[in-house]
Amino acid sequence: MSSTLDRLVMMANQIGRFFTPQRGGDAVAGIADHLEKFWDPRMKENIVAHWRAGGAGLDGPVREAIGRLKEAKRGAPLEAGR
Amino acid sequence: MSLVHETDYGTPVSKSSEMVTLTIDGQPVTVPAGTSIMRAAMDIGTKVPKLCATDSVDAFGSCRLCLVEIQGRPGTPASCTTPVGAGMVVSTQTERLKQIRKGVMELYISDHPLDCLTCAANGDCELQDMAGAVGLRDVRYGYDGENHTKQEKDESNPYFTFDPSKCIVCSRCVRACEEVQGTFALTIQGRGFDSKVSAGMAEPFVDSECVSCGACVQACPTATLSEKSLIEIGQPEHSVVTTCAYCGVGCSFKAEMRGEELVRMVPYKDGKANRGHSCVKGRFAWGYANHRERILAPMIRETIDQPWREVTWEVAINRVASEFKRLQAKHGRLAIGGITSSRCTNEETYLVQKLVRGGFGNNNVDTCARVCHSPTGYGLRTAFGTSAGTQDFDSVEHTDVVLIIGANPTDAHPVFASRMKKRLRQGAKLIVIDPRRIDMVRMPHIEAQYHLPLRPGTNAAMLNAIAHVIVTEGLVNEKFVRDYCDLDAFEYWASFVAEPQNSPETVGLMTGVSAESIRGAARLYASGRNSAIYYGLGVTEHSQGTTAVMALANLAMATGNLGREGVGVNPLRGQNNVQGSCDMGSFPHELSGYRHISDDATRTMFEKLWGRPLDAEPGLRIPNMFDAAIDGTFKGIYVQGEDILQSDPNTKHVQAALAAMECVVVQDLFLNETANYAHIFLPGSTFLEKDGTFTNAERRINRVRKVMTPKNGMADWEITLAIAKAMGFEMPYSHPSEVMDEIARLTPTFAGVSFDLLDKVGSVQWPCNEKAPLGTPVMHIGGFARGKGNFMITEYVPTDEKVGPRFPLLLTTGRILSQYNVGAQTRRTDNVVWHEEDVLEIHPHDAEERGVRDGDWVKLDSRAGGTTLRARITDRVAPGVVYTTFHHPNTQANVVTTDFSDWATNCPEYKVTAVQVSPSNGPSEWQREYNEQAEHSRRIAKVAAE
Repeated sequence: MSSTLDRLVMMANQIGRFFTPQRGGDAVAGIADHLEKFWDPRMKENIVAHWRAGGAGLDGPVREAIGRLKEAKRGAPLEAGR
Repeated sequence: MSLVHETDYGTPVSKSSEMVTLTIDGQPVTVPAGTSIMRAAMDIGTKVPKLCATDSVDAFGSCRLCLVEIQGRPGTPASCTTPVGAGMVVSTQTERLKQIRKGVMELYISDHPLDCLTCAANGDCELQDMAGAVGLRDVRYGYDGENHTKQEKDESNPYFTFDPSKCIVCSRCVRACEEVQGTFALTIQGRGFDSKVSAGMAEPFVDSECVSCGACVQACPTATLSEKSLIEIGQPEHSVVTTCAYCGVGCSFKAEMRGEELVRMVPYKDGKANRGHSCVKGRFAWGYANHRERILAPMIRETIDQPWREVTWEVAINRVASEFKRLQAKHGRLAIGGITSSRCTNEETYLVQKLVRGGFGNNNVDTCARVCHSPTGYGLRTAFGTSAGTQDFDSVEHTDVVLIIGANPTDAHPVFASRMKKRLRQGAKLIVIDPRRIDMVRMPHIEAQYHLPLRPGTNAAMLNAIAHVIVTEGLVNEKFVRDYCDLDAFEYWASFVAEPQNSPETVGLMTGVSAESIRGAARLYASGRNSAIYYGLGVTEHSQGTTAVMALANLAMATGNLGREGVGVNPLRGQNNVQGSCDMGSFPHELSGYRHISDDATRTMFEKLWGRPLDAEPGLRIPNMFDAAIDGTFKGIYVQGEDILQSDPNTKHVQAALAAMECVVVQDLFLNETANYAHIFLPGSTFLEKDGTFTNAERRINRVRKVMTPKNGMADWEITLAIAKAMGFEMPYSHPSEVMDEIARLTPTFAGVSFDLLDKVGSVQWPCNEKAPLGTPVMHIGGFARGKGNFMITEYVPTDEKVGPRFPLLLTTGRILSQYNVGAQTRRTDNVVWHEEDVLEIHPHDAEERGVRDGDWVKLDSRAGGTTLRARITDRVAPGVVYTTFHHPNTQANVVTTDFSDWATNCPEYKVTAVQVSPSNGPSEWQREYNEQAEHSRRIAKVAAE
């Protein structure tokens, strides 16, 4: 793996592959909840930025879940220097 | 202070619930049926003379000293082998008994050197005591007859000597090796007068199968088997009960002292985790505490290519604070973080996370559990509601089927392994799921019914196949599932595992294990009256580590193997305080007691007590810290008692991350590998030098007690307090007990824990609170902590780490008995006698294909990097699989392992790396460069303190 972003995309898809077959049929909610609860703000910011840029490499439910993150809903990158 | 003396009752306790009353020397005594007369006598304070009996092993009846008279019975039976009977009237001291005992002692002493004054056991010798007890005044036989007093000592073991001239052939050592340790390394060689204790096939101890657990030394009633430290220093004058700082078993020891000098560590019989047993590490490998390489003064430097300069504590601490403040001012609040240590105490890890959350103002705190058992926390919490194992160690005594997966207890958790082996020798069945033929598969008097040598990376598939058999063959415990589990979740899961892709026939092709074996193992596990799962890092350290933990939980729930003794899902934790460091809120997303940082009510409670606002967002995990460092957003780190450079995967990536930071602070006993990239070094203290608690794999909170002044001047917890103060975040504690009091106030599962309670009752297992004031040995009795047990779908997703033409073999890693993790401690002890370098285990077929001979240097390459080490050809590993340990920085096995990690927790996938092995003629270029850098980095220029 070459970059942090590549790693984040891969990790997000791994999370997606766990939640997709779970009972209840709302994998997207499970993925989004996991990202909210376990990813640091800069990781979320990076993946949201990538999603905004087209989200290459992200699986379908993962893409949808990222759209539900607080960072995505804010519509703008986090303020610098958090 | 005085020596802690433990009563030796002579024979083991009887567990019968039936009580029997008898009279001994005119006094009535009531004991459980099956108790020996000797033990019953000791219950009322009567010490029947004895030599071959001790309560750690079964009665033997050979010394003929413990004879008693029983009214109405002929002769003088041995009190150790004679069980009590109702109404029995026993005399322990009569004229006849006195004469017999004196005669027996005369015979013993006639063949024993009379060098008591210069003997290491002088003052602690049972033979000497018995001579006194029986009133021996002369030896009618003289001392000139044939004897054993000129026999040569065996001093081959680095820690103890065997002096056969002092041996009375009581067989206590032989029986301890068999019954307590389960190694069967000792025997009595010869017959009659020629009988002699012998290690292996009459080999020197160090060359025999002896694992140096010390059970024989402890059992020896004379100076025949003596610690070399005792011989050198002399008898201790006081002792303190404390807890071992090695693996997650958490053995209790008596640190036996002369002043502040440690004479020996003796396993404590009342220790509830170890029940008086020990292993080579805890018993003997404590010499690192005084090793010449230990750093005792703080040091700083501006850049990592400069030599270190010793400074005062004040200068060092102020440097830490000023650097961290500078970095936050320049790069933002989230630019720094810390790592707590699973080798440090609960109180110390709690303080580090408090410093990060309250003092640094972020949640960038993580612990080395990240790279070992973080999937356990996530997986078991999801299934049961609690991030911990379900049983106590005693539980194994009630187990009928033991399932070991991805764990190597005889090497990594040896003291618990001995208890497990004892149960297996009593007839419990064994299933081992492991790519490697670990010792437990076949050893003296133990043979696994099933060994499933699966391909690394296929745990989830294997566990789903076992579940498939349980569900499709009607082996589900329907009542348990109906009563205690979420039924909808169960049904959904049952349909999933019943699908054809999870059948043993299909999974067999992926795992390389026959369908027949998988079916057999599944049936055995499901049909055992009490089946218990024990697992280790061979489960967690995978890209599906968390999934596999959930799959294990599913198996236990589906078969009803939870909520009572003898069953459960039991993670064998790697380091001494992995459980505790997780409990204490070391993970970036949660506070102590596993409560998420985003939970407003919990956070508010901490904010009020700490007087600081807390960030509601989770912080960076260790691998994320490395990425952020390389990306330039993470600039400083405080690492307490952890060697991330040697222990974390993809060494080159970790090197780059550390090199990218502007302030790396390492607190450790030694200049470890991480310190090569550090700017500030704070010398740490050993477990002997501080007070606190460790929590072991069974959730047992044990006291760590200070037995000597910290050689570095400060205990680790005091160093963290000093940093916090310099950062402007006062944490006013005068003793670790006050830290525990705060933990108890803030953590519901610890609400009842205090040092006072631990001093009173020895240890407790959390939850320890109003509902369970003395703790909780077995969890989930009558229902799960989360309510209903939760079955999760555990679909098998093959790892992205693939073998191919360039990297056709799979590497898996582990640890060995004599060494401990990165080896910082054990490499600095005589344990190197048994393991002085990491070697690569390779199957004969793979070795032959590559032209590799046993002992050859080989190059081990992966997509991440390469190293060289020597090959050991063995069929312990299957064709296509190679194995090594990661104890030695000269090898740096983790330069080979990759960045792949568990989906839920980022726990690295250490256990699956595609590699190639080829002949080599010595260390690689990278190893040479690494060693040069390490040597250069460790220079210390002694200058006056600033």
